[in-house]
Amino acid sequence: MYGAQLPSLVPLLPGLVLGIGAMALLMLGVFRGQSFGRVVDFIAIVLLVVAGAVLVALPPGKLTTFGGSFVVDDFARFLKVLALIGSAAAILMSLDYAERERQQRFEFSVLVLLSTLGMLMLISAADLIALYLGLELMSLPLYVVAASHRDSLRATEAGLKYFVLGALSSGMLLYGASLVYGFTGTVSFSGIAHAAGQETGAGGTGLIFGIVFLFAGFCFKVSVVPFHMWTPDVYEGAPTPVTAFFAAAPKVAGIAMFVRTAVMAFPGITGQWQQILVFVSIASMALGSFAAIGQRNIKRLMAYSSIGHMGFALIGLAAGTSEGVQGVLIYAAIYVTMTLGVFAVILAMRRSGGMVETIDQLAGLARTNPTMAFFMAMLLFSLAGIPPLAGFFAKFYVFLAAIKAGLYVLAVIGVVTSVVGAYYYLAIVKIMYFDEPAESFYSMPAELRLVLIVCGLFNILFFVYPGPLVGVASAAASSLF
Amino acid sequence: MSQSLTQLLLTYLPLIVFIGVAAVIGLALLVVAFVVAYRQPDPEKLSAYECGFNAFDDARMKFDIRYYLVAILFIIFDLEVSFLFPWATALGRLGQFGFWSMMVFLAVLTVGFIYEWKKGALEWD
Repeated sequence: MYGAQLPSLVPLLPGLVLGIGAMALLMLGVFRGQSFGRVVDFIAIVLLVVAGAVLVALPPGKLTTFGGSFVVDDFARFLKVLALIGSAAAILMSLDYAERERQQRFEFSVLVLLSTLGMLMLISAADLIALYLGLELMSLPLYVVAASHRDSLRATEAGLKYFVLGALSSGMLLYGASLVYGFTGTVSFSGIAHAAGQETGAGGTGLIFGIVFLFAGFCFKVSVVPFHMWTPDVYEGAPTPVTAFFAAAPKVAGIAMFVRTAVMAFPGITGQWQQILVFVSIASMALGSFAAIGQRNIKRLMAYSSIGHMGFALIGLAAGTSEGVQGVLIYAAIYVTMTLGVFAVILAMRRSGGMVETIDQLAGLARTNPTMAFFMAMLLFSLAGIPPLAGFFAKFYVFLAAIKAGLYVLAVIGVVTSVVGAYYYLAIVKIMYFDEPAESFYSMPAELRLVLIVCGLFNILFFVYPGPLVGVASAAASSLF
Repeated sequence: MSQSLTQLLLTYLPLIVFIGVAAVIGLALLVVAFVVAYRQPDPEKLSAYECGFNAFDDARMKFDIRYYLVAILFIIFDLEVSFLFPWATALGRLGQFGFWSMMVFLAVLTVGFIYEWKKGALEWD
């Protein structure tokens, strides 16, 4: 018990910056009116950057507070920086859209900040209660921003669907958590790991039931098969900047939650949860590859693509080794850059009639806007995992970890599905380069161009100097074991 | 492992039997009503029943969002009070940490309250 003593707040500092900042911005926005929205957006981005700087400046090593339920280790630092980048990019990419669609609401930035605060909490959570609190703080603003176009039928439907299924998954997760607590007698991950190592017999079976429900809840949040049904509808229905946000930062936090729980709470019984992960990653990779082929809407296609990529990322976790977790971390980092870059292009798909979302509208982009087409093509090649782009290395590290862990079948199926998946990415490249040009898009706003070029160059040049990312990811992964 | 698993599952056997019986009875009632019932619909029978009056409106009518708003605001402050009660009775033993936790909670809630007030959520017309 920490009782009367105030716990140390140092590990919480980045979160405090976001939390207090978000509330101050809410007050600023509501007192100064909607015309102040632009300023609120900029301050929100600055706050995310400041939170990242504070995070990096924290004393090195493993920091814990609140009786061990909040942990800042290298793993948390890596993924938190990634989540902050994802959120900041999402706000940056929403600026032009909000102005043109007359959807300027300062609440969007405030909600993104609060959701990011939840992600920071979730990534650091080292007991089941902190995990649930972080998860809900992350998810509740997401439900709201999904429906932020109040007058659009599709957006409200997406928001409602997301909310109902999210509530269902939270229920499953809580049920699993209560079973785990019931059979181990503790909510802290280290306590669960200790108890799980000794459990045999009926208690062990009950614990496995708990793990299954817990993992089902996690699978919902990171949208892997068979709990993926909400993803395409929500991605398609939500406003595009919101989709860009959904696709990057919350996925990072979801993966963090998945990895930390599996590795820290259930290390002694890897064999029990490994089969769940092998199944969901095979199913996700297969569905992500095959179901995307028929899609005409690019946001829907990206939804299936994200399902597939989450499947690939979970291969690393299925391996259950430090190398596997390193692979997951590298995958998450590269996935975020690929996704943000592609969404920068999707947000720039605007011509005289307004926003367009079908793939055919990209026809002949290579002739009407060669730079945009080039970077888009590179990002798509990277998503397909073609060397020497970054997406290839992402897959390489997880497959390597799977093979070293003896999961040959999983690795082979992964390679096969990534070949199938390459078909629909290359189909878009073909449409952009070889089809008759459609009407050209308006020129790309500066901030979208910035995001696209930074993400594109990262993916193209990653192979030149992969050392830093791989090194940091390796240190981060080993901090968990 | 498998031995104890079987034992554990055996204790759930009555539950499975119960689910089976419930499913059979439920299905049987549905199917019987479908097969045996005497059916002769007319417009009067198919129309919505409204306390003996003729139906005068669509059931899916719009109603004021403010009902929701008031209900939600009520729940928030209701929960606040239900947090405050146990906190107040145990305050002596909670010490500084307990005191400041509640102060932070109240401060966050106050920020939300100012927001809704400024937004005009509390004005009825």
